[in-house]
Amino acid sequence: MNSSVLLSITTFIYGLAAFLYIASWVFKKPLSGRLAFWVALIGVAGNTAGIIMRWVESYRLGIGHAPLSNMYESLVFFSWTIVIIYLVIERQYKNAVIGAFATPLAFLAMAYASMSPNVSDRIQPLIPALKSNWLIAHVISCFLGYAGFAIAFAISFMYLFKQRDVEGKSNLLSHFPKPHVLDELTHQMVMFGFLFLSIGIITGAVWANSAWGSYWSWDPKETWSLITWFIYATLLHARMMRGWYGKRIAYLAIIGFMAVIFTYFGVNYLPGLHSYGAG
Amino acid sequence: MKLTVVLLLSLAATSIVGTIIPQNENPAAYFRAYGEFVYKLFDLLGIFDMYHSWWFQFLILLLTINIVVCSIDRLSATWKIVFVKNPKFNLSRFRKLSQKEVFDNKQKPKELVKVYEPFIFKHFGYTRAEETDKGLCVFAEKWRWTRFGVYTVHLSVVLLLIGGLIGSLFGFEGFVNIPEGEKVNNIRIRNTGQLRSLGFEILCDDFDISFYDNGAPKEYRSSLTIIEHGKPVYKKDIIVNDPLRYKGVNIFQSSYGKMPSDAPSQDKVPARDSPGEITLNFTSKNSGKKYRIKTVIGKVVDIPEGLGKFVIVEYKESAEFGGQNIGHAYMGILTPKGKNPVNIMLPLHFPNFDKMRRGSIVISIAGQKAKTFNAGKKADQRYYTGLQVTNDPGVWVVYTGFIMMIIGILITFFMSHQRVCIEIVKSGNKSKVIVTGTANKNKLAMQQRIKKISDQLAKL
Ligand code: HEM
Repeated sequence: MNSSVLLSITTFIYGLAAFLYIASWVFKKPLSGRLAFWVALIGVAGNTAGIIMRWVESYRLGIGHAPLSNMYESLVFFSWTIVIIYLVIERQYKNAVIGAFATPLAFLAMAYASMSPNVSDRIQPLIPALKSNWLIAHVISCFLGYAGFAIAFAISFMYLFKQRDVEGKSNLLSHFPKPHVLDELTHQMVMFGFLFLSIGIITGAVWANSAWGSYWSWDPKETWSLITWFIYATLLHARMMRGWYGKRIAYLAIIGFMAVIFTYFGVNYLPGLHSYGAG
Repeated sequence: MKLTVVLLLSLAATSIVGTIIPQNENPAAYFRAYGEFVYKLFDLLGIFDMYHSWWFQFLILLLTINIVVCSIDRLSATWKIVFVKNPKFNLSRFRKLSQKEVFDNKQKPKELVKVYEPFIFKHFGYTRAEETDKGLCVFAEKWRWTRFGVYTVHLSVVLLLIGGLIGSLFGFEGFVNIPEGEKVNNIRIRNTGQLRSLGFEILCDDFDISFYDNGAPKEYRSSLTIIEHGKPVYKKDIIVNDPLRYKGVNIFQSSYGKMPSDAPSQDKVPARDSPGEITLNFTSKNSGKKYRIKTVIGKVVDIPEGLGKFVIVEYKESAEFGGQNIGHAYMGILTPKGKNPVNIMLPLHFPNFDKMRRGSIVISIAGQKAKTFNAGKKADQRYYTGLQVTNDPGVWVVYTGFIMMIIGILITFFMSHQRVCIEIVKSGNKSKVIVTGTANKNKLAMQQRIKKISDQLAKL
C-alpha cells in the first residue's frame, strides 16, 4: 500500500465519520455520535500515517522533502488540522453536533484532493524556489489558520440557524449549543486562525525575501491573503470595539472564509496578460 | 472606529481590483486588452501600478494615522489602569457578578485567609486581604500588563509601514544578466530601467543548472566573485533561497538564459555597458532617416518621429516563421501611434526581415549581417545568469515589526487581565466562601477557571 491509497481510504473514513455525525444530529442518536468520534479518530490516524508514509516515500524516490509542497499535500494537511481541532473542541464542549458541520469540510477537502482531475497526487520533486524551511513553516501556519477559519465558518452557520429559532421549536436545533456559546466559539476560532494566518503571511514574506529579495511584491496570492487578513481584522475590531455580536460576526466569518477559499483556489483563475513574454 | 472598519474594508476592496487587473505589464498588452479609452482612464488613475498609486498610498497613510491617533488616545487611559501602586478592587462589583462559586467551611474566616492567601498568591502573584462588612475578603490579580498587547500589535503595523517606506525611499531593486566569464559593475533598476552603479563588480565564474529525471529543474547555481578595486574580495556559489550579501547589497539567483555566441550583443556592438544590451535600428519610411537606440529585453523605447513604442519581450533560440525554423530571433511588440499593437519578429540571420511587414517603420538589430543559416546545426551557446540585486535598509524594521506582531497578537488574544475575589463570610463559627472573578477578555474561560480555583480551595 502506498500513501495515496491510504489517504484515499482515509477520505472514506472521514466520509463515514461525517455521515455518523450528521445521523447522530438528525436522528438524535448519541450512540452514533460516540461512534463517529472513534471513526474520526481512526481517520486522523490514517491521515497521519498517510502524511508520514508520503514523507518516507519521497526520500525513497531520492527527492526527499516534507509533504507540504503542492495542492494535494496541502489539502491533506488541511483536513488533518480541521479534524484535530474539531476533536479538541468536541472534548472540551462535550457536544457532537458541531461535528455534523465540521467533519464534512475535512471530507470535502480530502475528496477534492483525491478525486479531482486538477489535483495530482504524484510526489513531485521540489523546484529550486521551494527548497526552504521557511516554506514549511509558511504552509503549516497558513493551513492551521485556514482550519481555524473553516471551523469558525461551520459554527457561524450553526449560529445563524440557531438564532432564528428563538423559542426552541425546531427539533433539529435543540441539541445545538446555546447561541452565546456558538458565538464565543466562532470568535475563538477566528482568533486562533488570525494568529496563524498572520504567522503564515509573515513566514511567507521572509521566504520571499530569501528567495527573491523582496518580502512583499503584491502578487495576487499575496494580495488575497492580505485581503483575508483585513476582513478578519475588521471582524475582530468590530467585536472588540463595537461589541458586535452574533449575526453580524457570523456573516463576517462566512465572508472571511470565502476569501480564504478564493486565496487558495480562485487566484489561479484570475485573468492574466501573461499570454506572451513569460517565455 | 467606524473609520477603521471603513478603511480596512476599502483597502481590501481596492486590493481586489489590483489582483483582477494584472500589474506592471507592458503598455502594449494593456492597450490591446482594454482599448484606447479605458487604457487612458486606467493609466490616469494609476491602476496599472495600483499599489504605488497616490490614492492607494493615501489610504495606507490614513490607516496609519488612524492607528497612531487612536492608540495614543487610548494609551493614556490604559497607562493609568496598568501603573497603579495599589490596584483598586471594587467589592460590590464582584458581588454583583452572576456567576458565583459557593461552599461552606468549618474554619473561621481569619484562619481560612491564612491558608487561602499563599495558595492564591502562587497562582496570581498579587494578593491582598481586606476586612469587609460581613467578614474577610482576599483579592488577587495577574497579567495587568497584558492590556498593552494591543498597542504592541498596532505599533508593529506602523513599523511594517515605516520599514516599507524606508525600503522604497532608500533601497533599490534591480536586475542584471551576466554571461559566464564576464563581469559587471552596474545593474538595471526594475520599472525605470535606469542603470545604477554598485561600487564593486560582480563576476560570474560559472553558471550551472541541474535537472531531475523528469526534466524539472533541480538547482540553479551561479558561482560569483565580488571584485572591488580590481581585487577579488568575496566568492560564493548562490542558489535560489541562498543569496550572496555584500555591503548591504543582496544578490539573488532569479533566472537564466542562453546566449547565442554569434548574437550581435556579444561581439558586434562596441562600448557595451551592460551585457544583454541590444542595439536597434529604426528606419522611418517617411523621412528615410535611420535611428540607433540601445535597449534591453523588457524596456519600452519611444520610436523617434513619434511613430510609437517598441519593446523586446523575449529571445528565442529557434523561432518559427511559416512553419519553418529560422533560428535565433528577438520577439517584440510594436505599438504604432494610435493603432493596435503588433507582434514583431527580428531573426538574427535575416536583417531585412521586418521590411516584409511594410509598416511605416522598419526595425532591425544593429550590427547584424546576413548569414547562411543551417537549421540543423545548433550555434554555439553559453549561459547567462539572471540576478536580482536589491538593497533594502528597511528590512530590519519590517522584521522587528513581524516579531512584535506575533508576540502582540499572542498577548492580545490569549492572555487577559484576570482578577478574583474570595469573600469569606462569617456564619456562626463556620464560614461561607464565595469565589468570583473577572477578566477583560475571554470571559467564558475565566468562568471555568473560577470554578477550578473554587474546587481547589474547597479541598484545602
Ligand atoms: C491594519 C491593521 C490594524 C488597524 C488599521 C487597526 C486600527 C485600530 C484602531 C484605529 C483602533 C482604535 C479604534 C477606536 O478607538 O475607535 C483599534 C483598536 C483595537 N485594535 Fe486594532 N488595528 C489593526 C490591527 C489590529 C490587530 C491585528 C489586532 C489584534 C491582534 C488589533 C486589536 C485591536 C484592539 C483589541 C483594539 C481595542 C483597543 C482598546 O481597547 O484600547 N488591531 N485598532
